[in-house]
Amino acid sequence: MSVRTLPLVFINLGGEMLYILDQRLRALNTSEDQSETVLNDVVGTMFSKSFMDELLKPQQLYSHRTMKTVLTRLAHSSIMRLNPASMDRLYELMIMAFKYQVLLSPRPRDLLLISYNHLDAARAFVRDTPAVLNQVDETHRKIIEVYSRLSDGEFQLLRQTLLTFLQDVHTRVSVFLKNQIQNPSGRFVLMTSGPVPAGVDVPGLIRTFDPRGREVGRSEFPPGGTYSGSVGEGSFELSGDRVLRLGQNLYQAERPEETQTSSTPGTQLDRTNPLAKEELNLLARLMGCMKAGSVPAAAPRFRISLFPSDPEEEEEGGAPAEQAAIFQVINIQAVQDEEAASALARIAGQFTDEEAELENPSGSKGDDLLAMMDDL
Amino acid sequence: MFHKEKSIQLKNSASALYNNLSVLRIAPRRLTYFTVVHANVVNMVSTSWDGLNYSHRQLQSKEPNVATSTSLIMQAAFCALPSRDLLVVSSQKGIQMYESDGSIMVYWHALDTPEAPTAHAVFARGISAVSDNYICVGVSSGAVLVFDVPSKGSNITLSEVLEEHKEAITDIASECSGSQEFLANLVTADDGGNLCVWKSGEEFQLLNKIPGLDMTCSSVKLWKGTVLAGYGTGQIRLYEAVTGILHAEVNAHARWIYSLDIAPFSGLLLSAAEDSFVRVWHLSITPETNSVEIAHLHNECVTDTQICGAKFCDGDGYAFAVTGYDLSEIIRYVQS
Repeated sequence: MSVRTLPLVFINLGGEMLYILDQRLRALNTSEDQSETVLNDVVGTMFSKSFMDELLKPQQLYSHRTMKTVLTRLAHSSIMRLNPASMDRLYELMIMAFKYQVLLSPRPRDLLLISYNHLDAARAFVRDTPAVLNQVDETHRKIIEVYSRLSDGEFQLLRQTLLTFLQDVHTRVSVFLKNQIQNPSGRFVLMTSGPVPAGVDVPGLIRTFDPRGREVGRSEFPPGGTYSGSVGEGSFELSGDRVLRLGQNLYQAERPEETQTSSTPGTQLDRTNPLAKEELNLLARLMGCMKAGSVPAAAPRFRISLFPSDPEEEEEGGAPAEQAAIFQVINIQAVQDEEAASALARIAGQFTDEEAELENPSGSKGDDLLAMMDDL
Repeated sequence: MFHKEKSIQLKNSASALYNNLSVLRIAPRRLTYFTVVHANVVNMVSTSWDGLNYSHRQLQSKEPNVATSTSLIMQAAFCALPSRDLLVVSSQKGIQMYESDGSIMVYWHALDTPEAPTAHAVFARGISAVSDNYICVGVSSGAVLVFDVPSKGSNITLSEVLEEHKEAITDIASECSGSQEFLANLVTADDGGNLCVWKSGEEFQLLNKIPGLDMTCSSVKLWKGTVLAGYGTGQIRLYEAVTGILHAEVNAHARWIYSLDIAPFSGLLLSAAEDSFVRVWHLSITPETNSVEIAHLHNECVTDTQICGAKFCDGDGYAFAVTGYDLSEIIRYVQS
């Protein structure tokens, strides 16, 4: 299907990651300095030229496993370390928020406005770091350049590709349930009222014409919903009023339980299909773009358990095995392409090193923070 | 006017694709087949008319003899020809044709996929049978492939490639009134809302081009010489096929239309959109007096669902079926 999905996937999923990280770091009373560093590092890596250039190449959208692997690496590009349970939960939240935005996007083209809301927020997080701010602006310019050329039909194809990727995921998210945008079944609420999208007429009118094009008849029918006229189109420029609120930060409130999730049975974001060769190549290229060297190895890293452990989840026997599986699978795959295989082996090696680090947190600073986490 | 009946459960959920439901009625065996696309799989359900027996089958999109990753399917549609019924499946890799029960694949046509990915997606979408022996399938380049189908066997050949559209084909429809009196018997639609009207034959003849207004026509039907087109703006337009005269314009839906269907014997029209509504309309078309009328009859709302397929289950429009994105059932409605 569409070969233009990846940049929007990462901007929006990454954007949601920033909102969640920001909210969780505040909820855990992390110092301002550390929070700022974490967010700057993640934004810097996400919007690095090489990474974005790789994403902007026309290519297919691959599996959740690939996306999750790259996003995990993204989250770890900073001094923060997330345990596997946190990463799983973070990914679920990101996916559900993105699904909500894609589904409710009034017009397919509004996916861009949603992405721009995320870009605007990323800018705000790094406003005190000119170098990173510049990267975000550069990325925004490239996105405008590439996507302004797409027709509405191509945007709908892009949206349909994303919807297929997001199909069958119905994780319940507490902030969505609370704001009544999600039902207890896990499905999102679709209103049959409110303003129609820009360029669409309020339903209810039938007009008939004569062969010369003059209107000769007009009648109305009950549309079943209560619609009002469009509120106008948001700005597609580098800055401006986006009008659309989708893509803005839903986690502004301080309360920690906003980000609780519970999976509906049968949800499996890590299907165990073998990764296609093309997919492995993409993974290797993307990982290669995110240099491990940006943060000095000796820098004190602090470990976070982003989400309070849910006793319900502890009982589900499947969870730990899945978390281990994501790393094991990368090792096991039979790959014909030697380059991809060695790149992946290197990447997998990095993860196992980091796993080992988690067992032995270094430095007193790390210990203090850990103690703090345990108290929560 | 219509009430909801027992739904048919599917093995997996429907994907968000235009016209994502196809229905084939097999009167001699008192069966109805339904197909719904989920990513790279076609879900087929065969139901007996007494409602007692259901059987399921799944077809995967895979080119034969090539071991690569599976590809996403854009559409699956039944093509009823006088001599035989076929199930045509169009995907990113090509076009497969099966016997109507999905048991045997009788033909495979691979799309030209370039070595390196290009800026534009490559896929096949838009399927229709036309006259006695042709099946037409659209391609993302705008081309329409015309296949010549013999009355039996697998000697299906590519007879012609129609290159009139410049944007990806969205849907194709043939004249469904059953009458031979209409000159035009095929209409093709694209991403820009452009409509081409054709007369089939050994060489297809382009009769008319109706320009779009840069708004996708996602679903199209042709009945009694009138084109019925559903658009991304939620509008339905009725055009006289051969002249392009606009007869009527309906502000039908608040979101993108995904499916239109006609019950040819009664003139009922079904429209379904992302706004959760399925609407039933009545068309009165008298070609002799050039009069075309459309009246609204009924609404059904499928709560919290973006509808992706809606089809009448019979030629009179006595019953219709609906599919929605992420929904694992086919919802059915019957006239009260």
